[in-house]
Amino acid sequence: MLLLPALIGLAFLLVPLIGLLAKAPWSTLPDRLFSADVWQALKLSLICATTATAVCLVLGVPLAWLLARGGLPGRSVIRAFVTVPLVLPPVVGGVALLLVLGRRGLVGQYLDAWFGISLPFTTAGVIVAEAFVAMPFLVISVEGALRAADPRYEEAAATLGASRWTTFRRVTLPSIAPGIIAGTVLCWARALGEFGATITFAGNFPGRTTTMPLAVYLALETDPDVAVVLSLVLLLVSVVVLASLRERWLGGLQ
Amino acid sequence: MSRRTTLAALAAVAALTLAGCGDNSADKTPVGSSSPSGGTSSSAPAVSGTINVFAAASLTGTFTQLGKDFEAAHPGVKVTFNFGGSSALAQQINQGAPADVFASAAPKNMDQVTDKGTPANFVKNTLEIAVPTGNPGKITGLKDFADKAKKIALCAPQVPCGAAADKVFKAAGITPQPDSLEQDVKAALTKVSLGEVDAALVYKTDVLSAKGKVDGIEFPEASKAVNEYPIATLSKAPNADGAKAFVDFVLSDKGKAVLTAAGFSAP
Repeated sequence: MLLLPALIGLAFLLVPLIGLLAKAPWSTLPDRLFSADVWQALKLSLICATTATAVCLVLGVPLAWLLARGGLPGRSVIRAFVTVPLVLPPVVGGVALLLVLGRRGLVGQYLDAWFGISLPFTTAGVIVAEAFVAMPFLVISVEGALRAADPRYEEAAATLGASRWTTFRRVTLPSIAPGIIAGTVLCWARALGEFGATITFAGNFPGRTTTMPLAVYLALETDPDVAVVLSLVLLLVSVVVLASLRERWLGGLQ
Repeated sequence: MSRRTTLAALAAVAALTLAGCGDNSADKTPVGSSSPSGGTSSSAPAVSGTINVFAAASLTGTFTQLGKDFEAAHPGVKVTFNFGGSSALAQQINQGAPADVFASAAPKNMDQVTDKGTPANFVKNTLEIAVPTGNPGKITGLKDFADKAKKIALCAPQVPCGAAADKVFKAAGITPQPDSLEQDVKAALTKVSLGEVDAALVYKTDVLSAKGKVDGIEFPEASKAVNEYPIATLSKAPNADGAKAFVDFVLSDKGKAVLTAAGFSAP
C-alpha cells in the first residue's frame, strides 16, 4: 500500500533532475563550462558559501548551545524565531535584510553615516544573505546533537575544576562533533543554492554579487543551454557533498 | 538546487490543471448559446466561457483593470491572467499552455511564439530615470549613470528593459557604472523606492505606478529605445471568440484610455 505512493514521490523528486541531464548540451558542455563567466560565478559562489558557513559556525554553535543548555525563559518561542528563515520565502528574507541593513535601513543608515559601510550590492552582502538563510540548518543540527549528548560529562568536568569555557571546548564540542559537521554541510549546501535573499538584498553584478543561482536565472532569459550547464554544475556539487558527508555524519546521527 | 526549477515544475502542474479546467468549461458552455452579453457588440460573435490572457508583468495593473471592465461589459465571462516575464510566457505558450491572448513587452518575445495569430502593436513604453523622492543623489540626467560615486541599478541586458537601456547608453555615448543588474524592471524600481540606489533606468509606467515613492526624470535619449508591445489572439486559442473580443477591447478607445492613464503611449 505504501510502496506505490513512495515510488511516485521518489519519481516526482528525481524526474526533474533526470530531465536536466537529458536536456544538457553534452557536446558543447566543456566549452560552456570553462567559459570565464561560469568560472567567475562558481568561484564567487564557493567563496561566499564557505565564508557564510564560517560566520554561521561562529555565531550558530553558541546559539545552539544557548537553546539547548541555556535554560532561557520562553525557549520554544526563541527556537521558533531561530528557525523562521527555514520556512520564510527567501525573497522575504532579502527584503527584511534590505529594510534593516540597507543604506536607508534601521541599522544600515548608521553603518553608512558613521563608517561609510553599505552592504547591498557588495560581496559582503551576499555573505550576509546566505548566512541569514543557512544558519538555522546549523543551529538545528547542533542543538539536536547537544540534546542527545549526555550533560553528566560536562557536570563531571565542572566538578573537576574545569571552567565553563574549558568544559565547552574540551568536553562538549568533541562529543557533538558529528552534529556540527552535519550542520555545517547542510548550511554550506543551503548557502551555495541561495537565490531569493541574495538577488533581493545583494543585487546582481558579475564578479561581485552574481553567484551561480543568479547566473542560472539570468541565463534562462537568453540562452537556456547555458542555464542547464550551470544547473548541472550546482547539482553535481550538491550531490557530491551531500552523498559523501551524509552517509558518514548524518547517518550516524539518526 | 535553484528554487526556480521547483517553480517551473509547479507552473507546469498548474498549467496542466488549467488545461483540464479549460476543456471542461468549454464542453459545458456551447459556443453561441444565448449569452446575456449578446447585445453589447452586435457584429462580433457572442462571447462566453473563460478567456486566458498571458500578459507581460509590466501590464499587471492596466490589464487587471481592463479585465474587470471587460467582465462588466460581458456578464458571465471570466478573464484570467497569467502575468510574467515575456520570454517565460512565450515558452509556456510554446509548451502548450492554454492561452487565448498573448500581450508581450517586446516584439522579440512575440516572435518566439510559434502559433501566434497576427500581432498588432498596441502601446509603446519609454524609459525614464527613477530616483528616490527628493532626489537625494542629485541626479540630473543620463550622464550621472557613468559616475562611479553614484549608486546605480539597471536591468540586466538579458531582459527587455536592460536591452533598451543598453541602446540608450550606446546612443548617448555613455558607459554606465551600475552597482547591480536587476532581473526585472520591478526589482530595479524597488531598489529606488527603498532608497538603496540613487537612480535606476525603468519604464515611464513604472515611475507612475510607484508615484509618491519615486520621482521620474525624463531624458532626450529615451526616444532612441522605444519599446513596442504587441498583442495577438493565438491561433490555437481554446476560446477564439473570447480572445478576439478581448483584444478588440484592449485596442478600443476605452482600452487606450486605461493604458495611457498608466503612462503608456499610443503606438
